Amino acid sequence: MAEYQGVVHTKSREIMSAWYDRLAAAAKNGTPSACIMISGNCVEILRSFDIEPVFPEVNALQLAIRKQSLPLILKAEEMGYSSDNCAYVKADAGYTFGEGGPSDGKIPVPNFLVCNFVGCNVYIKWFEHSAAFLGVPLVMIDVPFLHPDGKPTEGDVRYVVAQLRKLIETCEKVTGKKFDIDRLREICALSARAGAGWARAKELCQNTPAPFDAYFDSINMMGPINVLRGTKDAADFFDAAVKEYEEMVAAKKGPLAQEKFRIVVEGPPPYPYYRQFRDLFAAWGAVAVQSTYSTVGGIWEWGFRHDPKRPLESIAELMLVNNLCNRSLLQRYEQIKRYVEEWKADALVIHSVKSCRLFSAGQGDMRDYFANQLGVPTLLVESDLEDPRYYAQAMMKNRIDAFFESLEHRKLLRRA
Amino acid sequence: MIYAAGVDVGSTQTKAVVMDGSRAIVARSLIQTGAMVVKAAERSFVEALASVGLAREKVKYVVGTGYGRYKVNFGDAQITEISCHARGAHFMFPGTRTVIDIGGQDTKAIRVGASGEVVDFAMNDKCAAGTGRFLTASAEVLDLPLEKIGALSLEGKDPVRLSTVCTVFVESDIMSYLSQGRMPPDILAGVHRAIAARTMSLLQRIGMEAEYSMTGGVARNIGMVNALEEKLKAPLNVSSESHFMGAIGAALFAIERAEAASHEHAQAHLGGWTDGSGEGQ
Ligand SMILES: Nc1ncnc2c1ncn2[C@@H]1O[C@H](COP(=O)(O)OP(=O)(O)OP(=O)(O)O)[C@@H](O)[C@H]1O
Ligand code: SF4
Ligand SMILES: [Mg+2]
Repeated sequence: MAEYQGVVHTKSREIMSAWYDRLAAAAKNGTPSACIMISGNCVEILRSFDIEPVFPEVNALQLAIRKQSLPLILKAEEMGYSSDNCAYVKADAGYTFGEGGPSDGKIPVPNFLVCNFVGCNVYIKWFEHSAAFLGVPLVMIDVPFLHPDGKPTEGDVRYVVAQLRKLIETCEKVTGKKFDIDRLREICALSARAGAGWARAKELCQNTPAPFDAYFDSINMMGPINVLRGTKDAADFFDAAVKEYEEMVAAKKGPLAQEKFRIVVEGPPPYPYYRQFRDLFAAWGAVAVQSTYSTVGGIWEWGFRHDPKRPLESIAELMLVNNLCNRSLLQRYEQIKRYVEEWKADALVIHSVKSCRLFSAGQGDMRDYFANQLGVPTLLVESDLEDPRYYAQAMMKNRIDAFFESLEHRKLLRRA
Repeated sequence: MIYAAGVDVGSTQTKAVVMDGSRAIVARSLIQTGAMVVKAAERSFVEALASVGLAREKVKYVVGTGYGRYKVNFGDAQITEISCHARGAHFMFPGTRTVIDIGGQDTKAIRVGASGEVVDFAMNDKCAAGTGRFLTASAEVLDLPLEKIGALSLEGKDPVRLSTVCTVFVESDIMSYLSQGRMPPDILAGVHRAIAARTMSLLQRIGMEAEYSMTGGVARNIGMVNALEEKLKAPLNVSSESHFMGAIGAALFAIERAEAASHEHAQAHLGGWTDGSGEGQ
């Protein structure tokens, strides 16, 4: 199944490959680097010291897409990681602690690690284990979970900013450079530009047809927004993306030859079977017009921007409020509800991740809420984001086909 | 007369139904699916035709359904068994709002709208726990014919509590009850209850609404029908056609498509007015 591949796809591959090249170079020449997490991250701070960020989660998903994750997962399980542990963690553990790991010269051994998301206990243990194994310092940033009213207190912001200052001290020690707030302001301005472009691109998906698949094609933009944010490359990339998508909207073009169903998708994709999974939707002309996964690193479509005038405070706000991971299940319901309404979706698809209890727990209730209380046709399927053992193509196809058969049938009935 | 067929290639048994334009079932067959799935699909169709001496060419459209639907090489279209069971059950029992299909390896709960459309569905994941396979395994451990266990379970006065509906562990569970001196009727009553409880949790996921229709091979099992009715506190629509419901639904889709095709065909010849002069066309 071929879908539209444009400037966004080629440019994204280009700038993401350049980042991996920089990582390989850092592994050789000793440029400082640090591991950091995707969820609501503070990459701007590392960038202001020219510290190259390493994202173990991105490494894990790259391994899964290349179908290399299983031996690493098995290795981690041999080491004692439970089969119920997050498979991202296990793939990275198998990689970091195994022969292939950072020693293979493609990824640098980091100078330190930043655990910037503490909502998941497994993540904390993951970075603690890595830090102990690699013998490097760990900077743990305790980000209070978002309050039910969706607003952080002033104290929350001050608390995170104080910890960011600690991170800055570590960066100063590692690089021998003095912190330059003006440099950080410039970087935040670039982040704001990228954020605005990303928000605009997503907004364009409110058009029919949507110019891109906000689940599957979002992957090509999540790299630039979450990993490369704060660089000129990323800001320029989003300018180009918006331009391309505006042209597509004007020409009434979408990723598929025909958009028959508009869906919202919740949950990460099954990376080991990314292509097969996408094809199951494409076969029905189903296009994701919004997705929650695309907001794990940050939510920009509701107006959040990094602020060069308040660099540290705005970074703290992204970490506290404006990312999916630090929000409660009920706030996720609200987010999805807005997506379904404002992006005019026909249905919701939930892909539940077996090895991630934290974000999958509650999805049965979520399904019930959308299907039975709001009357939004909802499909819940389950496999894994990293572990290929949980994916069964025939079963997946059966559920997805049955779901779209029923949507099609109901569309026909409405027309009649 | 126009004919069409539905072939339901299930994980355990393959069912074929031939239907005519009046929606009457004119032929059917039921065989084991076995390992040669393509052959099973073909054989079930041929057997159904042979049973009434109908020529293959008379059948204008075939819909394949079930897990092996893509193995129906001669099929004109494939439709999932979820849609087909809903369609079949709604056709046989128009008041149906909830379908419970218990087959060899799957249990499905399907909520159906007033026109027979699927509104929602839920099914067991990747594992045969609590399905027909579980009943077959229980019958094997007790060394009883599958056809008998349902009726026998009704004689159980003091059902045992099973610790699991896992098809693998049921054997040791039953063995331990036997060694405690428990009798097959009580054990079987427990077996049927356990599956009914498991099925209820699937039903709760989709929201329950009467009328309830049961489809799939396990609908032949009177013990299962009773156990479910007890839990539902409502009657189940069951008929001798229940096992064939997926194939019947597929045949209904097939006959519709066959009629639509012949209608288009007719229109292509009769559409518009012509005076034969070749002008104004
Ligand atoms: N005469 C009978 N008495 C009791 N149970 C029966 C009888 N015939 C079949 N069954 C049950 O029905 C099951 C097969 O049902 P069915 O044909 O609906 O399954 P299937 O469509 O092959 O499987 P699935 O839908 O799970 O892929 C058998 O496993 C058995 O448990
Ligand atoms: S062992 Fe039992 S519970 Fe586990 S997958 Fe198999 S049938 Fe299911
Ligand atoms: Mg079946």
